[in-house]
This record gives sequence, C-alpha cells and structure tokens, in this order.
Amino acid sequence: MTTTRRQFLLLAGASIGAATTARAQLDPNVAAQRKAALDAALRKVVGDAPVRRGRVKLDLPPLIDNGNSVPLAVAVESPMTAADHVRAIHVFTEKNPQPNVVSAHLGPRAGRARLATRIRLADTGTVIAIAQMSDGSFWSDSAEVVVTLSACLEEGLI
Amino acid sequence: MSARPGGWLAAVACILLSCPVTAEIPLAERRSGYEFMGRETRAMQDDDVVNPGMLWVLDGEALWNRKSGAAGRACADCHGDARASMKGVAARHPAFDAARGRPVNLEQRINLCHTERQGAAALAFEGRELLALTAYVARQSRGMPVAPVIDERTKPFLEAGREAFFRRQGQLNLACTQCHDERWGKKLAGSQIPQAHPTGYPLYRLEWQGLGSLQRRLRNCFIGVRAEPYAYGAPEFVELELYLMWRARGMKLEAPAVRP
Amino acid sequence: MVNAIVNVPAQAKRGEVIEIRTLARHVMETGFRRTQLGELIPRDILTSFVCTYNGTEIFRAELHPALAANPLLTFTTVATETGTIAFRWTGDNGFAVTETATITVT
Repeated sequence: MTTTRRQFLLLAGASIGAATTARAQLDPNVAAQRKAALDAALRKVVGDAPVRRGRVKLDLPPLIDNGNSVPLAVAVESPMTAADHVRAIHVFTEKNPQPNVVSAHLGPRAGRARLATRIRLADTGTVIAIAQMSDGSFWSDSAEVVVTLSACLEEGLI
Repeated sequence: MSARPGGWLAAVACILLSCPVTAEIPLAERRSGYEFMGRETRAMQDDDVVNPGMLWVLDGEALWNRKSGAAGRACADCHGDARASMKGVAARHPAFDAARGRPVNLEQRINLCHTERQGAAALAFEGRELLALTAYVARQSRGMPVAPVIDERTKPFLEAGREAFFRRQGQLNLACTQCHDERWGKKLAGSQIPQAHPTGYPLYRLEWQGLGSLQRRLRNCFIGVRAEPYAYGAPEFVELELYLMWRARGMKLEAPAVRP
Repeated sequence: MVNAIVNVPAQAKRGEVIEIRTLARHVMETGFRRTQLGELIPRDILTSFVCTYNGTEIFRAELHPALAANPLLTFTTVATETGTIAFRWTGDNGFAVTETATITVT
C-alpha cells in the first residue's frame, strides 16, 4: 500500500548499494495530519473519559515481513459476566492514511475478551488498542511495529 | 606468481565465467524460503484455517468437480479423486510433454487438459480459475519431495534453465546466482535474501495480497534487476522453472505456501 | 466461488468457551492506492461483520481499510446450545456474503 515513488526510491537505493534502512520516512506535515486524525478518532470513541493503561494486552510482532498483512491479537482481562464485561475493543494506528482499524463489539456471551486479525501498516509506528468496559471505563495498550518492505516488487507490471 | 599458476588461472577463469560448481549451494545447506520468514508468517502457512491460499484451493476443488467445455467433462470424470490421482504430480512438474517435444509446467498441463480433453477455452495465466486449479492440484503433493524427471529428453532444457540462472541480465546486470547462491541470508532493502527454491508455489504472497504462480514471482525478479520479463508461458520461463525445481530436488513441497 | 472459510468446533460442552476463526475472501481495496497514471483506485472494502448464534448476535465488528486483504477475524463465544452459527459480511458496492456452521453442544 505504498506509493510508486517510494518503492522506486527504495529499489534505486538498493541497486546503488546504498545503506537503505527499511524505515520509510513520512513527510512531517503528513505525519502531523495523521496524528491529528488519530486524536480525533480516539476522542470520538472515548470522549473526555480518561483512558488508563492496563488490562489490555496488544500482541504484534515487533518486526514484520510485510506491512500488507500484520498479525494482531488483543486480549483484555475481564470476567465477561453480565455485570462486568468488555463492551468493545477498538484498534487504531498512528501512521496509516486513516486511523481506524477495527472495532469489535463483544458482550458476556463472548466468554473471553479476545480478538485476532491481520492489519495493514503503512509505516513503522504505533498501534493502539482500547477496551471499552461495561462500567464505562476505558483501558488501553499500545505497541511499536517496524515495517520493512519486500524486495523485487512488481510495480510497472499488470 | 604463486607456485600454482594453473590454480590461479582457474580461479580467474571461474570468476570471469561464473563457474556454477563453485557457486551452487551444497545440497545439505539448502533451506526453504519458509525458514527466512517471521514466526507469524510461518504460522499463517502452517494452519489451513488461516492460510489465505486455502481460499483458492477450495475454489479449485469446486472447479475440479465442475463439468466444462464442449466435451462436458469435469476433471473428476477422468481423474477421479484428486487426493489420490494428483498425488506427486506437482512435485514432478515441469514435465516433458511428448506431443510438444518440450517440458510444460503445471499450469500449462492443466490448460492442455482443459482445451484438448475438455474442449474448453484456455484459462488465462494468473486468472482466478487457473490459479485455483493449480493450487488444488499442487496441494495434493504437499509434504512430498520435489522430483522433476531429468533424462535425455529434459536434460537440454535443464541446461538452458541453468544457463539462464547464471546469466547476467537487466540494467542492474545481475544473475540469479549472485543473490540466491552467493548472497542468500544477507539483506536486500531490509529483507533477507532467500535461496529461491520454488517449493511453495502457487503461493499467497503478502506483497500481492493474493495467490500467484512461480512465473509471476520470476517476473518480479526480472523487474527487480530491470530486465524485460518474458511473457507468461514463455519456454524460457519453463526452462528456468525446471532448473529451479531440479535445484530444489528432494526438498519438501509446501503448496500453497505463504511468503512476504 | 468460495467466499469464506469458517472454523467452528463441531462439538462442545455447555458453558465451554470456543474459538471461532473466519477468513473472508475480499481484496479490501483501501481507496488510497493509485494506478501508474496517478488515478485513485476507488475504495472497495468489507465494512461490517456480524455473527449470530441461533439468531442472537454474539459478535459484531466494523471493518476499515486498515484490515489486510482476505481478512481473518478470530473471536470467542460461550457454547450455550446446539444449533447454527451464522456469519454475515457486508461491504462497499452492495457486497454481502453469508456462511453458516453447525455446532452440537452436550
């Protein structure tokens, strides 16, 4: 999900034998825009309520083969009873063109507050998971992921 | 000059002529691309429930049983249960086709049946149907050793494929062997260079976000060195496939694999 | 055409928490990619996933372009009774696909 230009530059760098690190650098203006979008998305879910760190465990590989498919798992500590359960799990990213990833709605019938999926990451950065509890509280966890790109891409074909 | 001028000349000649014998990976050191992937990508391949390639395999199963073409025949009508009849087939392709006097790969073999025995129009390379059928057939050889048949008939094509593997090409003037025999394990643009064994094809490539054939991957490599890629189905590709399969002889087939 | 693979245990004990794994076939075109000529490729994604157990909703998710193509969704539910677990994916351009699985609860 990268631009043609960035892929070309990466390939050009590799071919000249330059020390290309895999960390793609986002234009600071774009990065700022995306951070603002993330903050807005978070506020939409959480409102003014405080978000505490804990109870949520976000599992992501620290270094992944390809940003097109990053395995993600979220687990939240909760008895999942009618009185005390996780109502929803929301996942956001910091660097993607838009911040929302998935919002899962659970309830006592889930038995456990667990979600696993595969996501797309445009760039190295932070992924945030927020759990919304039945008592109205919010808990979160975050993880840093380094995104590399595969060599020998097929831009220019098909 | 050293005490062994002959030896010195041989070394120079080897470098100039890219002597295959010195560059080939010893059989015992061969490793599948599987071993160069992260833990999570491996898990994706190992579990049929989460392996996206299985979506194509299941499609292929449906197509296998569907009547097709002027003859109104399904693959199953002649070949029965693929789990039995197709066992080992993917492991020995590309295989020599007597009528054509040259080897054909699995996709071409399926198309030959589809056009000649079923009387249907040829399936497009990299099209959904051909990929599904190839994935389904290849799946039946999973776990079996790669074993293309090399005899007097296929030897010249194997040699042509080997020559192609050792030939410098493209604007970057690189030969396959330079990355995949000499520099496997080292990094290229942040990713490890694998040894380039075709043990998993057709496979789900995360970069493609879909299933694709070995030829699609080879075309990516050609683009990578800025060489003009051959068209799908080109004889040069089949020769290269034959060499790659021979190079991977004895390694386990993993289709449908997952790769970054 | 196979649109989804769902994995539900065929049997479970009443009260047991079971894991449900689903894999949908969808390109999940983000709407952020461009062609070689610079034209934006229009968005085409799955937007919603609902799972019901004998008609009662047990899991629901809103999906966004940041999910990988051919998205995997794994979650859990309590095995309450024998019956049908139904899955429905909906998305852009009127996309809708359903799958079902049966479970025997003892």
